[in-house]
Amino acid sequence: MENESGALSRVAGLFSARGYNIESLTVAPTEDATLSRMTIVTRGSADVIEQITKQLNKLVDVVKVQDLTDGSHIERELMLVKVRATGDQREEIKRLTDIFRGRILDVSDKTYTIELTGRGSKLDSFLEAVDPTAILETVRTGASGIGRGDRIMKI
Amino acid sequence: MADLELTGAEIVVSCLRDEGVKHLFGYPGGAVLNIYDEIYKQSAFKHILVRHEQAAVHAADAYARATGEVGVAIVTSGPGATNAVTGIATAYMDSIPMVVISGQVPTAAIGQDAFQEVDMVGITRPCVKHNFLVRDVRDLAVTIKKAFYIAATGRPGPVVVDVPKDVTQHRCVYDYPKSVSMRSYNPTSKGHTGQIKKAAQMLLEAKRPMIYTGGGVILGNAAAQVIELVRLLGFPATSTLMGLGGYPSPDPLFLGMLGMHGTIEANMAMQHCDVLLAVGARFDDRVIGNPKHFAKEARRIIHIDVDPSSISKRVRVDVPIVGDVAQVLDEVIKLLQADKAKPEEQALKAWWAQIELWRAQDCLKYDRAAAVIKPQFVIEKLYEVTKGDAYVTSDVGQHQMWAAQYYQFDKPRRWINSGGLGTMGFGLPAAMGVQMAFPDAMVACVTGEGSIQMNIQELSTCKEWNLPLKVILLNNGYLGMVRQWQQFFYEERYAESYMNSLPDFVKLADAYGHVGITIDKPEDVEPALRDAFGKYKDRLVFLNFLTDPRENVFPMIPAGKGLSEMILV
Repeated sequence: MENESGALSRVAGLFSARGYNIESLTVAPTEDATLSRMTIVTRGSADVIEQITKQLNKLVDVVKVQDLTDGSHIERELMLVKVRATGDQREEIKRLTDIFRGRILDVSDKTYTIELTGRGSKLDSFLEAVDPTAILETVRTGASGIGRGDRIMKI
Repeated sequence: MADLELTGAEIVVSCLRDEGVKHLFGYPGGAVLNIYDEIYKQSAFKHILVRHEQAAVHAADAYARATGEVGVAIVTSGPGATNAVTGIATAYMDSIPMVVISGQVPTAAIGQDAFQEVDMVGITRPCVKHNFLVRDVRDLAVTIKKAFYIAATGRPGPVVVDVPKDVTQHRCVYDYPKSVSMRSYNPTSKGHTGQIKKAAQMLLEAKRPMIYTGGGVILGNAAAQVIELVRLLGFPATSTLMGLGGYPSPDPLFLGMLGMHGTIEANMAMQHCDVLLAVGARFDDRVIGNPKHFAKEARRIIHIDVDPSSISKRVRVDVPIVGDVAQVLDEVIKLLQADKAKPEEQALKAWWAQIELWRAQDCLKYDRAAAVIKPQFVIEKLYEVTKGDAYVTSDVGQHQMWAAQYYQFDKPRRWINSGGLGTMGFGLPAAMGVQMAFPDAMVACVTGEGSIQMNIQELSTCKEWNLPLKVILLNNGYLGMVRQWQQFFYEERYAESYMNSLPDFVKLADAYGHVGITIDKPEDVEPALRDAFGKYKDRLVFLNFLTDPRENVFPMIPAGKGLSEMILV
């Protein structure tokens, strides 16, 4: 979409005005500074998805819409999670982080701050694996997606 | 060489001039004073000062509906802008091409809760085709060009250009682009050839065909194509409220309006057809009622529309064709003319026989011998006296439905009403807009005593411009459509639908410098109308018809019911 002020609120406003749900939404400028790329995760029947696609295309700031789930694609989400890490737990959480291929970005005497990337379901699994009382704070970006192989969306 | 630099205010006025704008409807205020100073100095277009910003937008909207050009309005920031919002939403719901210029507080003050500040771009976002906030005078001309381009192309709609006051003072070289292209906005005009072939084939296979046309036929200037297609095939045709005039109403192939207050023949044929061609229409709730009920009967549907999101939104369509309706219909007609095959004559005959049975129920009959004035009678007489040649604007309610049912529109762009948003207060300013566009035309505003009071102050604007429009007030003392619903669905509990302290409309008209007449007997209806369009041809005449307070609009499909579930009388 055009990298214009207000473009994001047009998209968000469309979803709320027409009663579509947004599970997540990410947006940032691309290598072409006049364009932003947005990934929206939403749910609905085929009819609803068709309407969402058409309505998005109708927004003047939207240059192109692609349903990534029409073909094979990759999606990734970044999560930062701060957990209580004391005593035996310190080693346990470090191990768990390694299993999930996460990284510990920040360490204090009582906490770890962990970075984890993957599909949303992988991030969910990590959170389920950690003792819930140890989780102090989580921040998730929502999914960013891209087509696999030669499937390219370029203006 | 140094090009001449203009101020932002001069640029706004130059853009409008270079865009060919002839009439600008508006109301001044602090944020637009620089622009008004330039309006004062120019003579390329007229500025019509309204008495409330809502009226400026409705007038510009109706101007667009009647002429096909882009309507233009200008308002100041804050309350001027919010007053314009109802007008903008009205135009949005009916896809009317319009550009609204709104003043804004200086860029440095934006976000500071400044005097008369409102986030106009934010507040109008859900009810515009697009909007802009111009932060740099160098973007002003190209933004206004884009606004006109977006408003008029594809599925038309209103575009707001919000201009901060300091931008109207800053200077830059003025260069109005001749054309503009946008990578993110490219409306489709040519329909898909394969789909058009399929559509033509399907029409030829029809045994019980129906052609259903909407406001898109008017907006897309496709009335000639609709007429040609309907007559070529001999198929029955109906129209939505917004499409009236797209096909001549008096023609026997026309079954009248369909929908909540449509005719039996139109609604039944719509329900029971086997092939339906929808042109520039959107199957909305007032047209097909309950989509589940509509889907009970199997039929194949061809849908031509310029807006892909209108297709398969409420009703699944078999052959979608996205494109300019006139262009697509031209293609369909060409194919049908080249094809030797004709629709099956026997089947079509049987279908028409069925339709004539429905039509014979004469669902629009009413008591013509009544001692009180029947509202339907007033509209029929209006049609006779104006020989069907008037521009008829309306407000919203029973009078609107009677005007739609009983004025036999036979040309496009003559019936001007708020169909989508249903805005009371639309009729009078709309009539002003039409009369400004066509000073010599007969313009009638059919209204109710509720609606007319929602923008009655415009009688003053009409005086200033000597607009000889006629107000046809069907005064039944009730908010009639509300009363009708209360009678049918709320066990006659008439909550707040009676107005028992109405003004003396004759004195009111007189106070504004116009002619007011009250008519309370059926035999006086026609003479009063003749006077209005004859003796008082050059005056605004306010005709206060005291009509039957208990009359209802029939047929009626209750909300949520299906097309074949009409209440008849």
